[in-house]
Amino acid sequence: MAAKPKLHYPNGRGRMGSVRWVLAAAGVEFDEEFLETKEQLQKLQDGNHLLFQQVPMVEIDGMKLVQTRSILHYVADKHHLFGRDLKERTLTDMYVEGTLDLLELIIMHPFLKPEDQQKEVVNMAQKAIIRYFPVFEKVLRDHGQRFLLGNQLSLADIILLQTILALEEKIPNILSAFPHLQEFTVKISNIPTIKKFLEPGSKKKPPLDDIYVRTVYNIFMP
Amino acid sequence: MRGWHGAAEPRGRETLVRNPETTMAGKPKLHYFNGRGRMESIRWLLASAGVEFEEKFIGTPEDLDKLKNDGSLMFQQVPMVEIDGMKLVQTRAILNYIATKYNLYGKDIKERALIDMYTEGMADLNEMIMVLPLCPPDQKDAKITLIRERTTDRYLPVFEKVLKSHGQDYLVGNKLSRADIHLVELLYYVEELDSSLLANFPLLKALKTRVSNLPTVKKFLQPGSPRKPPLDEKSLEQAKKIFRIN
Repeated sequence: MAAKPKLHYPNGRGRMGSVRWVLAAAGVEFDEEFLETKEQLQKLQDGNHLLFQQVPMVEIDGMKLVQTRSILHYVADKHHLFGRDLKERTLTDMYVEGTLDLLELIIMHPFLKPEDQQKEVVNMAQKAIIRYFPVFEKVLRDHGQRFLLGNQLSLADIILLQTILALEEKIPNILSAFPHLQEFTVKISNIPTIKKFLEPGSKKKPPLDDIYVRTVYNIFMP
Repeated sequence: MRGWHGAAEPRGRETLVRNPETTMAGKPKLHYFNGRGRMESIRWLLASAGVEFEEKFIGTPEDLDKLKNDGSLMFQQVPMVEIDGMKLVQTRAILNYIATKYNLYGKDIKERALIDMYTEGMADLNEMIMVLPLCPPDQKDAKITLIRERTTDRYLPVFEKVLKSHGQDYLVGNKLSRADIHLVELLYYVEELDSSLLANFPLLKALKTRVSNLPTVKKFLQPGSPRKPPLDEKSLEQAKKIFRIN
């Protein structure tokens, strides 16, 4: 398929963040149509472009894919980011689902009431340090290889790196007790496609700010 | 330890501990509290695939602590399913494994994408219904109104339209898939909430009947099966205690 995938979403990370990460890591160039107004969303809905009237939506290979996980799975499958067999695929799924639970806290954070936001940063840090990071630290320590699955990059590495970097923005020393994750972060960040995505001017979006929050409210609130 | 295709398994698979109680031939064992929650869709899928399974119910916070302390739960959470020598966690990972193993996930990447989209939409609606018992009493009416609206305006029309567009018996690829099973499960919950919500969806009603009459599903729908009833006050309190909610 010659056409580039086209992403429909507001100009910010949100639920499209992981999709941008995976496409970029797989070396797939993509276009973006940014949602800025309620009228634009209405137009997409009225034109039956959004299966459940929601974004993210990605036009790819003749399909209009919606639902973040469906999009991630499709791209990961297509670009061999799911391991070699069903068992590795299942491991990847477990790692990704756990990490997405943590990432969800980060995605929702800017939309919390200001008085709840600081408390939530503490909650995120605790969850990361107690529940999620130890799992991945152990996996990496036990097999001593570069990637979570061993010697092959998978969706799990990409989503974990995305989540670590997003957390580091709020809690700079979050990896201090996890030497293998620190090494992992450096190694995965240096993969050429990912390195490019981490450079200024790429399609990676900056941290969510008040402007983004206001835009989202304007578009999605009735 | 040898993995698939005879390749040496990388070290570090301790999370997929080989459990002497569950050999390749053994039944899957489900770890959860005695209620629907996030395990019910897994029960539906296994049962529909004709797979017999065992359940070990978590009755107290101490039961859950024990599972956590013996390293059985990757992220300290249930559902957990012991199957084929693995201890699987994360509802979607478990469902994906079962669906793949029992050929309920379509025949290629595009069918999988369709199944995923439909399934994720259903999961969103199912989630709203599932967490309703936890909703504060003063917000409940508003939540129920929203669920009704989403059911009749956003979700059911999509699946009715899919069936109408190809006129086939099943949502994807003219073959039973997990999408049909998840949808029929959801339709039962919608019906429990308010049977009139299904009124304008004849093809969905027909799908529900058709799938319910499949031998494995029919068996699961009968009394005495592992299918769990709606949460009552007592079970809700127990679940809150076990999972330390409120």
